[in-house]
This record gives sequence, structure tokens and C-alpha cells, in this order.
Amino acid sequence: MNDVAEPILKISDLCKTYSGGFNALKNVSLEIGKGEIVALLGPNGAGKTTLISAICGIVRPTSGKITVAGYDIVDDYRKTRSLIGLVPQELTTDSFETVFNTVSFSRGLFGRPPDPAHIERVLTALSLWDKRDSKIITLSGGMKRRVLIAKALSHEPSVLFLDEPTAGVDVSLRKDMWKIVRELRESGVTIILTTHYIEEAEEIADRVGVINHGEMVLIEDKQILMRKLGQKQLMLDLVEPLRQLPASLADFALDLTEHGTRLIYTFDSHEQRTDITALLDGLKSAGIAFRDLQTSQSSLEDIFVNLVEGASKGPAEQEAEP
Amino acid sequence: MNIYGVLAIYRFEMSRTRRTLIQSIVAPVITTSLYFIVFGAAIGSRIQEVGGVSYGAFIVPGLIMLNLLTNSISNGSFGIYFPKFMGTVYEILSAPVSTLEIVLGYVGAAASKALLLGFIILLTASLFIELRIAHPLIMLAFLILTAISFSLLGFILGIWADNFEKLSVVPTLVITPLVFLGGSFYSTDMLPPFWQTVSLFNPVLYLVSGLRWSFYEISDVNVWVSLGSVLLFLLICFGLVVWIFKTGYKLRS
Repeated sequence: MNDVAEPILKISDLCKTYSGGFNALKNVSLEIGKGEIVALLGPNGAGKTTLISAICGIVRPTSGKITVAGYDIVDDYRKTRSLIGLVPQELTTDSFETVFNTVSFSRGLFGRPPDPAHIERVLTALSLWDKRDSKIITLSGGMKRRVLIAKALSHEPSVLFLDEPTAGVDVSLRKDMWKIVRELRESGVTIILTTHYIEEAEEIADRVGVINHGEMVLIEDKQILMRKLGQKQLMLDLVEPLRQLPASLADFALDLTEHGTRLIYTFDSHEQRTDITALLDGLKSAGIAFRDLQTSQSSLEDIFVNLVEGASKGPAEQEAEP
Repeated sequence: MNIYGVLAIYRFEMSRTRRTLIQSIVAPVITTSLYFIVFGAAIGSRIQEVGGVSYGAFIVPGLIMLNLLTNSISNGSFGIYFPKFMGTVYEILSAPVSTLEIVLGYVGAAASKALLLGFIILLTASLFIELRIAHPLIMLAFLILTAISFSLLGFILGIWADNFEKLSVVPTLVITPLVFLGGSFYSTDMLPPFWQTVSLFNPVLYLVSGLRWSFYEISDVNVWVSLGSVLLFLLICFGLVVWIFKTGYKLRS
């Protein structure tokens, strides 16, 4: 896994086997640096929530070691837990309590003395100050999600876990959440979020981890990952439909689609030679004219789907350079 | 010691009582008043004195114990079951609080509420009969120890229960019969010898008897045996709670 200069979270060979025999985590190792935003991607049941729960003390690891800011999560649980804030996946709130009281409760629970001014700052930052005296049951789903974030921030944590923070949240609120996450990072908070939404990872993460079947398939800088695994496609809309590709173009990775009216050439944009010039020359020689062309870059989603689908081949194979 | 954590849990639980004042306080007071009217006034007027005490006065310790036990158990069990049911227990489990601190918060609040109710019932009783408390400190000791131990028992039930039926099965099917058969409304002297012996296996008998001694200096069993039993019960319950948190039973997977 990647070496991080100043890891605030260090996980070594973490395994979790549930009593039923299900291996939720298999030798997961991970280091996260101070102030990073790391997105953990993975399909349902991949082990994302188990990983977060193990770090936070909700799930007992079967083996392995976790440290937060150098403190062991078992031996120094008071220290590590007071450094962590957790926003759970489910909207689990004390329905009949007011917003202010429930957030104040969380601060006390995490061992911090009452500080109404801090609670006010948190609630204001999350646009909840006007709702401070409202019972949580009266709030919308999006507001409840903000309350959970406020609870997690009430004790001024250094590390914040967001377990699918934007699940079931509309687009505008999702963008608000991203803004909040960025602001938190600016204030020095390290953020680890799990998500199903690739665009979320693409939008806000510094690094992306992919978990599948309890294994950390990869953890990589987002930009590097996209460069490393990203492929480009050149699409050519033909003037005349082709029935089949001429033999002279057989050496190029070409697909003929749209009833022979579109040629797709897949290439690696980071290669020294992309052979685009040769392809265009070949088309000219074969008398194939085109009226439009465009290129597209594979998204993180494509990369993710490829990784998860290819996981059955084994993680070692996946981690190798493409 | 995370004193702010303990206080946060304690205050949170107490504020739940304020929100459910009718259910928590008013309902038991009305029920107790009905007991006094039916047992104390209507039936009691036809019953001779028991151990030199009028029947109405005789049943006061039993009634207090009945409410104290059922209320301690329901407070203790609901306090931890509700976060489990709602899913908010994640916050307790991920917080920097020790087993002892969690227990202090939840059980402390459950016992406080039950004690408050016990005193309210004592006051209600004084409206119907003339009260005499021979040993107030012993009475206080019994009330406090009973409230704490049965709140602990309730806390264990709340962790064990995974549905509302399980939550109510022990109070309804075990505790209430034990209280009614534990000399709350009669002295075991009134029973045939065989049932007197059977009664000695009922732990509630020791509580009611001890509390009654603190009022009127009459008891079915020696007061120190009663006090020792409730202390032993408290230790067993606390041991169980420590085991639960150590193993993560039904809390941490």
C-alpha cells in the first residue's frame, strides 16, 4: 500500500470473521495521511462499513492492528475514539430530542465539556441553527443527515468517517455535502468516506480505495489512478456505412458500431505512440471518409467496474501495472 | 473517568422521563392509589391487623417494592433497548466511555427514576394512611440497593432482548408473580407451612420483608439476611454486565 508521510490512521493486516464464518475483511492494510480525503468504493457487502466499524470500536477485529494518531484502538481506546467522529449510513437519530440537545449530548458523550458556542458554530456551518429547537422527527431526511454530521463534529474530531453520506440524498444536497467535506478538510480534518457514487469519489477524494469481497483491491491517488487505468477512445462517424473493416486496418484496436456508421479506436493516451496518425492515414488510403470525430476518457466508474468485475482474477493481478 | 460522558447519558435518560411524565410518574401513582382504595380501604377494613399494623399500612412497603422493582426493570431495559432498536447505540459503542461509565449513566438514571417514583408512592400512601418509619436509613438502603440492582437486571434484559416481546416477558411473567407471591400483600405466617418454605425461595420476599422491617420492625426473614441477599443480587448483576461488555454479547459483533 502507499506510504504516507504522516499517517493519522494506520491499519495493518486487519481481518474480521463474523461468528457465522463470513470473512468480511481479509488482511486489509492501509495508511491515511493527516488532512487527506479518502474515498472507499465497493459494492454492497464488500466490507466498507465493517472496516469503518472496526476502526471506531463497534466491531471487534479478529486479527490485525489499527492505530489512530499512533494510539492503538484497543489499548488506548479513549484517546482514539475521542479523535474520531462517525456519521453512520442509516439515519439513526433520537427522534424526540431537539437538534441542539442531541448534538450537545454527543459532545458530552465523547468527553468534552459543554461549549454552546462550538455547538452553535457547527450548527450554523451545517445550516441547522434555525432548527436548533426543532425535534429531530420533524426534520427532512437531508436535515437529519446534517444532524448526524453535526453530532460527529460536536467533539472536534481529527478524523471523520462518513459512511455513504449522500445515499438517498438529492443532487443539490449532495453538492452541499461535498462543500462541507471540503471545508472540513480545510480546517484540518482527515476524512474517510464510503460511497457507491463514483462521481463523489471523483469529485472530492484525494485518494481512492476499492474494496471487494473484504479485500483492499487497490488504494491509489485519484489522479494517478485515472491516468494509470484510464483509457481513451477516438470515435469516428463515417460518411458511408461499412459492412466490415478492411484488412489494412486489422492491426488497430477498432470496433465497428452503430450499423457500420461509427468506428471506435481505443488507445492509451499516456503511451508514447498512440498511432492515431497512422490510423487516419490508413483510413485515407482505404478511402474511408468521416464527417465527425470525438474522444472520450474512461471515468472512475469504468475503472471501478473493471476492477470489481476483474476481482475474481485475484487482487495481485489487479494491483499490477496495467 | 469520562465524567462528561456519564453525565450526558444520565441527563439524556432523565430528560426522556420528563417527556413521558404521564407514563413514568402519573400512571404508577394512580395505580397505587387504586391499590390503597381496593386493598387498603375496601378489603383491608375486613382484615385484622397484621403483626400489630393495620392492613392498609402493612401493604405500603409491598406496594413501594412492587413499583420500585417493575419501574427499575422497565427503566433499565428500555434505556439500552431503545438505542439498540433505533440504531443510535452506535454512538455509545464508538464513544470513549468504559463499561462502568455506561452502566453509571444508564443504570444511575434508571435507579434515580425508580427511587423518585418510590418516594412519590410513599407520599401518596401518606395521604391514605398514617405512616410510621422506624428505621429511615435502613429503608433508604433497601430502596437504593433494590433500585440499583433491578435497574442493572433491566439493563441486562435490554441488552438480551431483540424484540419488544422479550422486553416485556420477564417483568410480566417473572417479576410481577414473584412480587405478588413475595409477601407484598400478606405475611408468610398466613400461609400453610409448605408454602411458607416455598416462599423462602422467592428472592422478592427478602426485599419486601426487609423494607417492611424498616417501617414497622416486623419481618418474615431476618433483616440482615435480606440486606445481604440484595447486595449479593447486585454483585451478580454487575458481574453479568461486565461479562456482557467484555464479550460484546449482543452489542459488538
